[in-house]
Amino acid sequence: MSDVKTIATQRSAMNIPTGRLAVWWVLVSEIVIFGGILASYTMHRMAHADWAEQAAHTNMWIGAFNTFVLLTSSLFAVLAHQAAEKGNGKKASRLLWMTIGGGAVFLTVKSFEWTGEIRHGFTIQSSGFWSYYYTAAGVHAFHVIAGMCLMAWVAGTAAKNQELHRVENVGIYWHFVDIVWIFLFPLLYIAK
Amino acid sequence: MAEHTLEQAHAGAGHGHPKQSFFHKYLWSTDHKMIALQYTFTGMALAMIGAFMAYVFRMQLAFPGASVPGYGVVSPGEYNALVTNHGSIMIFWVAMPVLIAGFGNFLIPLMVGCDDMVFPRINRLSYQIFLLSALILLVSLFVPGGGFGGAWTAYPPLAAVAKYNLTPWGSILWLLAVALEFVAFLLGGINFITTAMNSRAPGMKAFDVPIVVWMIVVASLLFMASVGPLIAGAVMMMFDKTIGTGFFNPAKGGDPVLWQHLFWFFGHPEVYVVFLPAIGIVAEIITVFARKKMFGYKMVIYTTIATGVLSFFVWAHHQFVAGIDPRMANVFTVTTVLISIPVGEMLFVYIATLYGGSIRLATPMLWALAFIAEFLIGGVTGIYLGASGADIFFHDTYFVVAHFHYTFFPIAIIAVFAGLSYWFPKMFGRMMNDTLGKIHFWGTIIPFNFIFIPMFILGLAGEHRRIFDYTNFPELATPGLQALRITSTVALVVMLLFQFVFLINFIWSLRRGPKAGKNPWKANTLEWTTESPPPHGNWQEMPVVHRGPYEYSVPGHPTDYWPQNEPGEAHS
Amino acid sequence: MIEQFLVRASSYARDVDNLVLLVTVLVGVWFLIAEAILFWLIFRWRAKDGVPAQYLTGKEKHVKKWINIPHYFIIAFDVVIIVAAVSVWVTIKQTLPPADETVRVVGRQWVWTFQHPGADGKLDTADDIRTTDDLHVVANKTYHFELQSEDVLHSFFIPVFRVKHDAIPGRTIVGWFKPTMTGKHDVLCAEICGIGHGVMGGTVYIETPEQHAAWVAEHTTVAEPDPAAAGADSSATTTN
Repeated sequence: MSDVKTIATQRSAMNIPTGRLAVWWVLVSEIVIFGGILASYTMHRMAHADWAEQAAHTNMWIGAFNTFVLLTSSLFAVLAHQAAEKGNGKKASRLLWMTIGGGAVFLTVKSFEWTGEIRHGFTIQSSGFWSYYYTAAGVHAFHVIAGMCLMAWVAGTAAKNQELHRVENVGIYWHFVDIVWIFLFPLLYIAK
Repeated sequence: MAEHTLEQAHAGAGHGHPKQSFFHKYLWSTDHKMIALQYTFTGMALAMIGAFMAYVFRMQLAFPGASVPGYGVVSPGEYNALVTNHGSIMIFWVAMPVLIAGFGNFLIPLMVGCDDMVFPRINRLSYQIFLLSALILLVSLFVPGGGFGGAWTAYPPLAAVAKYNLTPWGSILWLLAVALEFVAFLLGGINFITTAMNSRAPGMKAFDVPIVVWMIVVASLLFMASVGPLIAGAVMMMFDKTIGTGFFNPAKGGDPVLWQHLFWFFGHPEVYVVFLPAIGIVAEIITVFARKKMFGYKMVIYTTIATGVLSFFVWAHHQFVAGIDPRMANVFTVTTVLISIPVGEMLFVYIATLYGGSIRLATPMLWALAFIAEFLIGGVTGIYLGASGADIFFHDTYFVVAHFHYTFFPIAIIAVFAGLSYWFPKMFGRMMNDTLGKIHFWGTIIPFNFIFIPMFILGLAGEHRRIFDYTNFPELATPGLQALRITSTVALVVMLLFQFVFLINFIWSLRRGPKAGKNPWKANTLEWTTESPPPHGNWQEMPVVHRGPYEYSVPGHPTDYWPQNEPGEAHS
Repeated sequence: MIEQFLVRASSYARDVDNLVLLVTVLVGVWFLIAEAILFWLIFRWRAKDGVPAQYLTGKEKHVKKWINIPHYFIIAFDVVIIVAAVSVWVTIKQTLPPADETVRVVGRQWVWTFQHPGADGKLDTADDIRTTDDLHVVANKTYHFELQSEDVLHSFFIPVFRVKHDAIPGRTIVGWFKPTMTGKHDVLCAEICGIGHGVMGGTVYIETPEQHAAWVAEHTTVAEPDPAAAGADSSATTTN
């Protein structure tokens, strides 16, 4: 593993730190991935009136609870960034772990939710609506898991007061994952 | 983990790195130059496989049913797998890795004047994922059932349903390989964009950046903004293939045309993703070998951005007869025909750069000029296809095949040979042999035209694509048309034989070529101010930039070139 | 250009061919000029001892006009091409002249089947004639085709008509053609549909009204099966 930071990493001809610049570009590509899934879903939903019958079986309260969980976890990510800005790596690390905890709660709730739905016969194959439901939320959940792993790694380094700028960058990613859910929630749960 | 970050001291020579093991230097490197070579050599190896596939299926077309030397008899299923994987390999595993990741990785840090990419470990990871994708693709050819044969466009339901395509494992592995290749380039793209934007040498303003760097950055942006919907589609297609969902299967309430939209929304910008780096390479070469400033650097950048933006609005010209609303077809005819305007503008600026020049026809320049001459044919034949009323006839005929080879061959082959022959001295510290280079050049370009001009004619005769044997169709089985097919095949074999000249030149020059100095071509851009090959860290002392990259033949200046880092009066 | 190889056997074939000719002329002129200028510049400005290159920034009007003037011509030609293309497209794909007859075209791996209306002139009646591979039509009658697929995407392509459309499972696509000369020509599948794509072809027989009537009489379906005969006489004859 390289133990030297390249000069390239430290320059900022655009007056934006490179890490933050990179995260924004990652988000651009992610927006189009989710955009593709959700645009396809929305167009097909409008073309299939019978999907509303299937959509009636999603549990809006669970969806709302999970929305609250993710928003709270984003709050912890913001607080972690503030702590990092003040140079308090240990506090930032603790707050990142609370964000990760929020992610864990989200995933746990989701696994109970899906188990219940599958037991009732609503599987990914059972109708077009459910195919999109599990795929969109599944790709989102994959990004939640990836975010949690990244945050754990950043939290580990931050606890040693190192690389504190990464706290903000991973927070930006987490906010994006949150915002995707803000779109998924009405499209999958509220639209009935 | 000790970390130190001194701006000037990181040049490899003055730094006290322990001597690297073979593993660290060649297989586990984070150095952008090594990663560039890894991508380039992997791409070249896959090009040979893709070319072999073309040889096999063209032999089948010229001599249907005969055993192909070096392969055997080609079955209909194998034929489809060969054309599918030839196309997929050439686009995803040759053009993209060599043009974007090969030249991009090598050139960007050197041309903007820094020591490496911004994220060297992500860079290494991107190559590793890319290599994995290539291996999976190759494995897919040998699994039970055979390689995927649904064309590189993979339209469902054929591609998604095993009972229709009869290649269950081949299809799944092909799709997985493509998806991983996308991930590799998303990771790589972050480096290209961030490094070019943020890590420029002091004094290098946006319009002092060489055109090829701009092009690779815009290409990476186009890729990142366009591949998302297809990644979504690939996830959906993978579920259709493996767990029985019906996103694209009408029997399960899905829509096959949805895949086409997701695919081509990416597919059209994708051709510009590979076109831009290629024409960037051409810009660097013609300025050096005509000793002239680019005639309209800013115009090139503006037309590039315009082309990039417009490229998002033309995709359905691939779907005129695919079941889209016929009224929509008219919108796409307008956008498609109009995109010829910025592209044409760009080509005119390049041609105008030759005016008043002092042109030396060394091997790199021959390739660069051939790019323009051949790409013009590709570009103008696209108009026939963009004109919806004519595309009704031309869609899925060999006219399309000829059109896209007259664009893709300049992009993936001509521009690559141009770039390799031009930057070989910088990459390896030696000169390639110019005589062998010229023999290779003519031995490639002349046969190339004899391969594809017959295909325009066959397309006019209505010859449809992806057919293993035309003797089944009376109006296509005439001796005259068969003579055209044979011509095409013979020309291909001749062209492939001449590639050995390149291989010999390349390998011999690596070992025995005359040593190149720092700047054998007397060029201005920053890569020519350091050793050949550059050391780890690229420079002892990082360069500072004083002017744009194309100040050639400046009146009153003692030499006809003026490197960007040499002090002198302020920017012109 | 297409007509060098394929006769014009439909009422709109000439429109398509004329569009191709128009594009060839308008675009070909520019293509030839651009290539000529490229080669001339390479020759004219090759390196000569003691003659340095010129330093041109791109603002010089005497060179710029060579870019600007072609630029405006190209925009004008593009507009002409767009108008011509849309006009041909509207004729073929956005208008549906009233049909003298309708045929159903069904693609499946790896064969075209056709359902002709039979003597009563109506599709989906008992006297329909179903064929495999062979489409029988009458010259100078306007046909609608109902295009379907039973499995994957296929594409219905008759080069001499200049007609093509994809067959999509789960949908029926309606198009039209009007044959204008008798003859026997290829029907092709223009969308890769599996390992048999290369053998999936058919024939269109464009007949005079008399020839067609004879064919109909010979192949028309018998009306009702004889209930006493235990299925020995088939009620729907599928023939070539």
